[in-house]
Amino acid sequence: MGRIIALREAIREGMCEEMRRDPNVFLMGEEVALYNGAYKVSKGMLAEFGPNRVVDTPIAELGFAGIGVGAAMNGLRPIIEFMTWNFAVLAFDQIVNNAAKTLTQSAGEFKCPIVFRGPSGSAGQLAQQHSQSFESWLANCPGLKVVSCVDPYDAKGLIKSAIIDDDPVCMMESEMLYGLEGEVPEHEYYVPIGKAAVRTEGTDVTIVSYNKMMEVCKAAVLELAKEGISAELIDLRTIRPLDIDTIVQSVKKTNRLIVVDESWPFASISSEVSYQVQKYAFDYLDAPVTRINTADTSLGYAPTFVQEFLPNPDKVIKAVKSVLYVK
Amino acid sequence: MPEVLSKPKTTKKQDSKSNSYDKSIWLQWFEVMYRIRKFEERTLMAYSQQKIRGFCHVYIGQEAIAAGLVTAIRKEDAVVTAYRQHGIALSRGISSRSCMAELFGKETGCVKGKGGSMHFFSAEHRFFGGNGIVGAQIPIGTGIAFAEQYKGTDLLCVTMFGDGAARQGALYESFNMAMNWKLPVIYLVENNGYAMGTSIERTSNVHELYKIGAAFDMPSKPVDAMDPVAVHESLIEAAKYCRQGSGPFFLEMNTYRYRGHSVSDPGNYRSKDELEYYKTLDPVITTESRILTENIANAMEIQSIKDKIHLEIDDAIKFAEESAYPAPEGLYEDNYVQQDYPYIKD
Ligand SMILES: Cc1ncc(C[n+]2csc(CCOP(=O)(O)OP(=O)(O)O)c2C)c(N)n1
Ligand SMILES: [Mg+2]
Repeated sequence: MGRIIALREAIREGMCEEMRRDPNVFLMGEEVALYNGAYKVSKGMLAEFGPNRVVDTPIAELGFAGIGVGAAMNGLRPIIEFMTWNFAVLAFDQIVNNAAKTLTQSAGEFKCPIVFRGPSGSAGQLAQQHSQSFESWLANCPGLKVVSCVDPYDAKGLIKSAIIDDDPVCMMESEMLYGLEGEVPEHEYYVPIGKAAVRTEGTDVTIVSYNKMMEVCKAAVLELAKEGISAELIDLRTIRPLDIDTIVQSVKKTNRLIVVDESWPFASISSEVSYQVQKYAFDYLDAPVTRINTADTSLGYAPTFVQEFLPNPDKVIKAVKSVLYVK
Repeated sequence: MPEVLSKPKTTKKQDSKSNSYDKSIWLQWFEVMYRIRKFEERTLMAYSQQKIRGFCHVYIGQEAIAAGLVTAIRKEDAVVTAYRQHGIALSRGISSRSCMAELFGKETGCVKGKGGSMHFFSAEHRFFGGNGIVGAQIPIGTGIAFAEQYKGTDLLCVTMFGDGAARQGALYESFNMAMNWKLPVIYLVENNGYAMGTSIERTSNVHELYKIGAAFDMPSKPVDAMDPVAVHESLIEAAKYCRQGSGPFFLEMNTYRYRGHSVSDPGNYRSKDELEYYKTLDPVITTESRILTENIANAMEIQSIKDKIHLEIDDAIKFAEESAYPAPEGLYEDNYVQQDYPYIKD
């Protein structure tokens, strides 16, 4: 039977199960140990695994990400937590130039089984530097896998898959939704990397999204149902590799596609999905693929900016109606 | 002394150098510190009423650094710091009104509601922010100093950062280049003992931060930063050194924050004893009592400063409350200098 637990607990359970199984798995990052995690994801892990396996670092993202890469090359399986992905920008050298390149540069002599994880995306009135989504930045880079998910069941299964994966995986979580609850079974399970999930089946329009924008879409789908519009909602769960088959299959049924994406629009996840859908389902489309991204701007602090910047159910409903050519 | 502290970073003041400073300077120090204290107390109140949102880090406990800065450097000198910046911004002369309005996210704020608590800026006051990425301002401050040297001025840049930021690689790269090129930069670390919940002892083998300068042969000093006199004097020495073209100077300001890291942090990682000990060193209270016991000024003069500040902060709150939020279209301003930039709007 399932239990209802929060996203933060689901991720923690996934990490703990893998750490119990494999002594080479360890967690490293700022405030992960003694403080129990800036967002309490790692609460209790220091007590269970001790300071050798749950390691507090100084504020030195480039350094400890690189230490993770070296440890991974030398036989360990690090989980590197970034307090948020905004700060991981300091570590992009190690993620992009090393974690993603180790296998190819060494022609397979060395692999880099590492997980980089932390929250991505906006989280209220946090202003420019603390409100950014990094899925599209990371997914652009060959060598990295990127998962982005807030559903507790999936997040637990995905972090477990990420830890046992032999390639570097970036796991994108959500500061705002660590408290989001969902049903998680008692028994052990994995969720495969690279598979999207159809959350709601529908016939009139396909809506593709991921991470916390899924909550926006769920609200929109409920509203649309009241108006007799049947939307099929797909949660990407993994950004790279992209599960284009699931999307194309759905579009062949609904003939319409909306992508709701908390990236800036230019070269975003929505850009990639749109390209692939027009390529592989061109003859099935009855309307242009339409997307809702965050504004093509940095996010200022005032509440009026936050409201304008983000996708919301109203914007999604409006977009759905536009592709259905209804008022 | 609480047990947790291996050695006192800051201590009660014994020797009095007060006689060598004018009454006006003492009162100025007091006024700067009292303004910050009251501003921050009202900030916390407004935050609890949800008028201020997001991350909010107050300066309570560290005011003496701002006070010493006011009297030791010139108005034209540049200052750059991190997100714990309200007190520094106020001390550089940005008005209580425009700081409070910024915290409220109003269009009358010093950056029109765009920055909030972490990002104040003012070109007029040579205040270069307000940085939310730990350590990012260390090379930026070095670059501001580079520009002064390049332009041939005798101005300098005070580059402020926390003890946590001192562990970022950016510091080591910056120190090296600043020394190599003899840049007019005062690196000022505000060592309040903690980076979020991590005590300085847990982040490195080197607990006395000023010693980091030795690796670069940079002149470096620890300062008792609960005392505006000590802060002032150390900055006078550093500024003189920088202005004569000798290169950077590193000051470790030993201080303490009385509140949690940010509004949402209860600060459970430190002992009550430790907090109580540091409260006996409260720079606002000890400065006031020194002024009175050493007859530098009388109680009425102190009271009139307090009255003035109470009115000023009340007025700032009222101003912030009555100001409007920026229009949402403001999102599309100030991303580019180019006015007709073609944003994607689909
Ligand atoms: C690069 C980066 N990493 C992590 C954070 C999250 N964070 C914000 S403040 C802080 C602690 C900084 O402590 P310190 O430098 O001592 O400054 P203080 O808060 O004590 O003034 C951390 C870890 C950040 N903002 N930027
Ligand atoms: Mg600190």
